[in-house]
Amino acid sequence: MANVFFVDGVRTPFARAGEKGAYWTLRADDLMVKAVVGLMNRNPSVPADRIDDIAIAATTQQGDQGLTLGRTVGLLAGIPETVPGFAIDRMCAGAMTAVTTMGSAIGMGSYDVALAGGVEHMGRHPMNFAEHANPRFLAEGIFTSAALNMGYTAENLHDRLPHLTKLRSDEFALRSQLKAATAYEQGHIQPHLVPVAVETSTGVTLVDRDEQLRPGTTLDGLAGLKTPFREHGNITPGNASPLTDGATVALLAGDDAVREFGLHPKMRMVSFAFAGVEPDLMGLGPVPATEKALAKAGLTMDDIGIIEANEAFAVQVLSLLDHYGIADDDPRVNPWGGAIAFGHPLASSGVRLMIQLAEQFTIRPDVRYGITTMCVGLGQGGTIVWENPHFRGVQS
Amino acid sequence: MNESDISRLIELTPTETVTHTFVRDVRLPSGRVLALITLDNGLGPRRPATLGPRGLLELADALDELATRAAERAINGVAITGVDGVLAAGADLGLMGSLPDKSAAETVSRLGHYALGKLATLGVPSFAFINGTALGGGLEVALNAHYRSVSRAARNLALPETYLGLVPGWGGAFLLPNLIGVDKALSVIIDNPARNNRMLDARQIKDLGIADEIFSPVRFIEDSLTWADRVIGGETVPRPFRPGKVERTVTWDAAVALKRKEIVDKVGVPSLAVTKALDLVTAAKDDDATAAFTREDVALSDMIVSDQFRASLYGFTLVNKHAKSPQGAPDLSLSRPIRKVGVVGAGLMASQFAMLFARRLGVPVIITDVSQERIDKGLSYMHGEMATQLARGAVTPDELNRFASLVSGTVDIADFHDCDLVIEAVFEELGVKQDVFRRVEHVVAAEAILATNTSSLSVADMASVLQRPERLVGFHFFNPVAVMPLVEIVNAPDTNDVTLATALSLARSLRKTAVITADATGFVVNRLLGVFLGEAMRAFDNGTDVDTIIQAMSPLGLPMNAFVLLDLIGLKVGAHVLDSMAGYAPERFYTSHNLHVLAEGTGLFERDTAGKRSGLSAEALRLSAEGNHPSTLSEVYGALVDSLAREVRIMLDENVVHSAEDIDLCMILGAGWPLHLGGLTPYLDRCGASQRAFGGTFHTPPIRGVAAS
Repeated sequence: MANVFFVDGVRTPFARAGEKGAYWTLRADDLMVKAVVGLMNRNPSVPADRIDDIAIAATTQQGDQGLTLGRTVGLLAGIPETVPGFAIDRMCAGAMTAVTTMGSAIGMGSYDVALAGGVEHMGRHPMNFAEHANPRFLAEGIFTSAALNMGYTAENLHDRLPHLTKLRSDEFALRSQLKAATAYEQGHIQPHLVPVAVETSTGVTLVDRDEQLRPGTTLDGLAGLKTPFREHGNITPGNASPLTDGATVALLAGDDAVREFGLHPKMRMVSFAFAGVEPDLMGLGPVPATEKALAKAGLTMDDIGIIEANEAFAVQVLSLLDHYGIADDDPRVNPWGGAIAFGHPLASSGVRLMIQLAEQFTIRPDVRYGITTMCVGLGQGGTIVWENPHFRGVQS
Repeated sequence: MNESDISRLIELTPTETVTHTFVRDVRLPSGRVLALITLDNGLGPRRPATLGPRGLLELADALDELATRAAERAINGVAITGVDGVLAAGADLGLMGSLPDKSAAETVSRLGHYALGKLATLGVPSFAFINGTALGGGLEVALNAHYRSVSRAARNLALPETYLGLVPGWGGAFLLPNLIGVDKALSVIIDNPARNNRMLDARQIKDLGIADEIFSPVRFIEDSLTWADRVIGGETVPRPFRPGKVERTVTWDAAVALKRKEIVDKVGVPSLAVTKALDLVTAAKDDDATAAFTREDVALSDMIVSDQFRASLYGFTLVNKHAKSPQGAPDLSLSRPIRKVGVVGAGLMASQFAMLFARRLGVPVIITDVSQERIDKGLSYMHGEMATQLARGAVTPDELNRFASLVSGTVDIADFHDCDLVIEAVFEELGVKQDVFRRVEHVVAAEAILATNTSSLSVADMASVLQRPERLVGFHFFNPVAVMPLVEIVNAPDTNDVTLATALSLARSLRKTAVITADATGFVVNRLLGVFLGEAMRAFDNGTDVDTIIQAMSPLGLPMNAFVLLDLIGLKVGAHVLDSMAGYAPERFYTSHNLHVLAEGTGLFERDTAGKRSGLSAEALRLSAEGNHPSTLSEVYGALVDSLAREVRIMLDENVVHSAEDIDLCMILGAGWPLHLGGLTPYLDRCGASQRAFGGTFHTPPIRGVAAS
């Protein structure tokens, strides 16, 4: 087994989905290409023709997210035609699965260098999961119609865990916004954004910041928001991640490539796991996934210094913390804010978690291990355990 | 700018498609702020942005505001770009062509300088990010900025003004030579337009020094912004080709003089636009922008109101729009699919057809001739041509293999049984062709289309021997087949719509421009060349000095004179054209016995050891001397243009084609009649020949400038 390293990762700024969003006029594959070229440009020591494979995820693989994204993106990005590529889908954990799949190939020695990423242009590809779902799901009670709409699954989670109140969700959401704002102020986020020029109907623009941050969020403001999934419900646009367009990509490498190209890995993959739960309660997915991944790594939650959990919904992160008895405001959790602030372009979010974890590793030599974890539609979760190569001792 | 002049210009141009100016502030990596201007008419990629009075004023206003912001230190730089792969496709030509007088022309010329010139005087560095097409005024937008980047995907980059009867008068004629040197500037301003309006690509404008940087289209704006940030921060932009003192004082004039001589040697008198452009480039050596822009205003407005611009615009529209939809075409959905082609004949013309069909249609092509030997010769010619193309990199080995698998030969006409189209290119004799079609019709399917490449025989006479005459159509190519863009589609009396539609679709698939003509002797091009060559030979036979004849005919601006043309097509072919036209209408067409004598004898020209024409042959001089009532220069010219006007009038009255436009399209694409005269008929109107020949004009109002008004 070779070591699997996360060498570098970049993403486009995340933008609001829909016609008022910055990327409305841009194709999803073009957005993905911008991220890939940005990544290759800042890793010039890696020859493009030495990439062994390109795995690119998208949830809705049609139109500008179809045609085998990994291959199209490679060709469009000017990567030599000798480099293969493929498309991958595990809904929200698409990019995460791209990373684990490419990582596995590196780990078993087949690959030396790979690109793994994801894109979701939710403006051009809204979530219409119910549209083509097999009628047997509902007819035979495999799941209820709630499973096809993530907002309903989050409401269900509040039912299952009634002590995770709306207030706790709102408080968590507020902290996410404030932490993200602070991280921006301190310049932790910007270095890994690839600015994107867009032709709009009112001129060419340069998108160089996440578009949906709300640093002015208040608890009162959150309390007053509508609950679109249920009358007097718990889920609001404020304690859920907004619909988002964005693309992310990571450069992965094994020991030999790290040596040959003089790379400086930011993280080492220790273990990973995916796991399934009831589709109607998809938000619980990270719990079994994390259990499995930690067990594989021979670690416990106590060994984990930083948790990057995707905030599809505040309640869904809270359910993971609740399982481990971690406080809602534990400083280990999403220290720079999460998807509630940045947005959650489904299949691309996995690598955003890694980018933020990797950046924190570089300034936290006291932390040895971290995890990236996320819930997945239709009742799944995924978790990767990472080791900090900058670790200098001390953790727990 | 004078307010009332501007208001008048605006009133005169109510139909302007306005290209708007959008300004967005962009944060550069260093934290500096750059104002990014986008030109966009909002009409998408199919309607490239053009520049007219409103658009220019909008740009000027935006630039004024940016200059103010620059003075307030609110911005550190300005860049201009476009959308949909277009920076700007230049001045709105239709609008320029509608200006009624010199005063309006002067206003639009000055307005261009006024607006574009502001890019150079903002108080901060200015950049053009050439994201794609930049033609004429569009490229001048970029030239007026301090620095330029270009997207590697950009292809349509040019200063085509002299091709269109204008001059690069919004700064181009001054800025370009002062940026890249006089020689390179002349190649862009003079040579490329003269080469059928050749365009440059991104790599070429980078190599020429027009663009300072070239970036991948994937992150073109992003990379351009990063580069602009570095330049604003003080990074030097090398300008290796900027003329130095020696070039200005010593070589500049010589370079322009050399170019002028080159043009005179090639085409005789240069067009007015070329002359003015050369004058502007000459004067540009003073490196004084203010004086230069005033000179450009004068030259550009002179050209806007000139005959040449209006004629060029007419010709340009013919070639680019009129040509796309042949007049008199039936519904093209009637076309039959062509899945296999038979070519009767294996000579030079037939072999060229076979190659064209195989390469453009990608279907099997089978050739036949009277002997296996001739067939093998034809096939070997084709393979030789393809090998040459391969060596030049024009085709890939795979394409060569495909071609080889598509082309075959047979001595047995029965092998044509599954051809959907059979075209003949056998000896130009009615009996021979009739025999061919009789035999072909015997083997092919009832729906197969038959075509003849005759240039002088009656298609109806050929069809008369067919059981199904409605399936025969004339398909008259010009030599060399691969290069000449025109095909005359001869709609014989019996030709039905399915056959005609198939022929037109075929022409389109072959990427040729089709003009539908009646089954009239010589169709269009050979009939009018018959007049041209006939009048030249008439004067020759009269004893008129050959130089006088050449000079007399030179105002028509043809790519070669009548005698060189005869020499090139072969005297026998030339004599045959004259004979067949004279046989058709002896009172109007001249046929020359001397031409037959020369064809059988030593030819018209002596040749040096390199094969170049070195002067008239002794036999030609002797025959010319036998003429004893030489014409004067003006007599030769008058006879020629009057005969042409008379003949075109007769052709239109006889419905040989549908319009004078069709005649001009044929002559521009089939005989190289110059675009800057508007083809043939606008010239005949302007020179008075139409009036003399039939007391009217072909065009109402005549296509001419408004200089006098």
